[in-house]
Amino acid sequence: MTLLTLHTILTTYLVLGAFLLAIGLYGMFAQRTLIGMLISAELMLAGASVNFMAFNRFLAADPTVGQIFTLFIMGIAAAEAAIALSIVLAVYRNYRSIDTEDVTDLHG
Amino acid sequence: MTSLFSQEGLTGLIFLVLLGITGSGALVAVTAGRLIRSVAGLLLCLIGVAGIYYFLNSPFVALMQLLIYVGAVGVVIAFAVMLADPNPDKQPARGRNPLMGGLGFLTSGAVFAGLAFLGASTAWKRHMGPPTDSGMAAIGKSLLTTYSMVFELISIVLLVAIIGSLVLARAGREKI
Repeated sequence: MTLLTLHTILTTYLVLGAFLLAIGLYGMFAQRTLIGMLISAELMLAGASVNFMAFNRFLAADPTVGQIFTLFIMGIAAAEAAIALSIVLAVYRNYRSIDTEDVTDLHG
Repeated sequence: MTSLFSQEGLTGLIFLVLLGITGSGALVAVTAGRLIRSVAGLLLCLIGVAGIYYFLNSPFVALMQLLIYVGAVGVVIAFAVMLADPNPDKQPARGRNPLMGGLGFLTSGAVFAGLAFLGASTAWKRHMGPPTDSGMAAIGKSLLTTYSMVFELISIVLLVAIIGSLVLARAGREKI
């Protein structure tokens, strides 16, 4: 196993998927705006898709299943992005801000 | 040891470049100070992931990734940034609780270490038997036979999402 044959082993892809998931999780904590959190969610979904595709390529009996699952993840992610962005626009209209610290009507 | 200037070596080099693009794009996406830069980082990361899909034997999914994610979702997020990013200059002035950043780093580091360790240490059972067709024709066939119900359901989900986002974006319009 050398650096140049990394693309032939399953572990590389699993580590990449875990990295994308973890960095999306970090972004959820670190980002202060709603759009930033949406971007982090997209990163987490990308990590999950990479995992599905890796298992599909290396382990699955029927190699179309993982590809179709990834296509459905893309469709769901597109719907999620559309809904989340219109919620962001509605929040911006009402509060003139997309900062999560400003949307505090229920803060008590 | 593969030579760098053979076919396999160049393939491996391209894969390493794609890994670098994906990782650095993701890092830019979560650490950039301005929102539009994190959108650009996300797009870079998704382009890298599309290349990774190509390496995983599925050019169709790679093309769809470029079309749907990089094309459509990226443009939509950029539009939202233009519509709702009030004055990005004041953003760095208000720091968040630094405890959150540290805790987030610790949590995501633990998640990454745990998942990477599990993925590397598990003895995955490879599928034994003849390889089956995984090309575009096979995908189309199973989309219209085995998964036709899901295929129709996802179009309903997308329709509801479009109508819902129109309704949501219209609400409160008179306040501007």
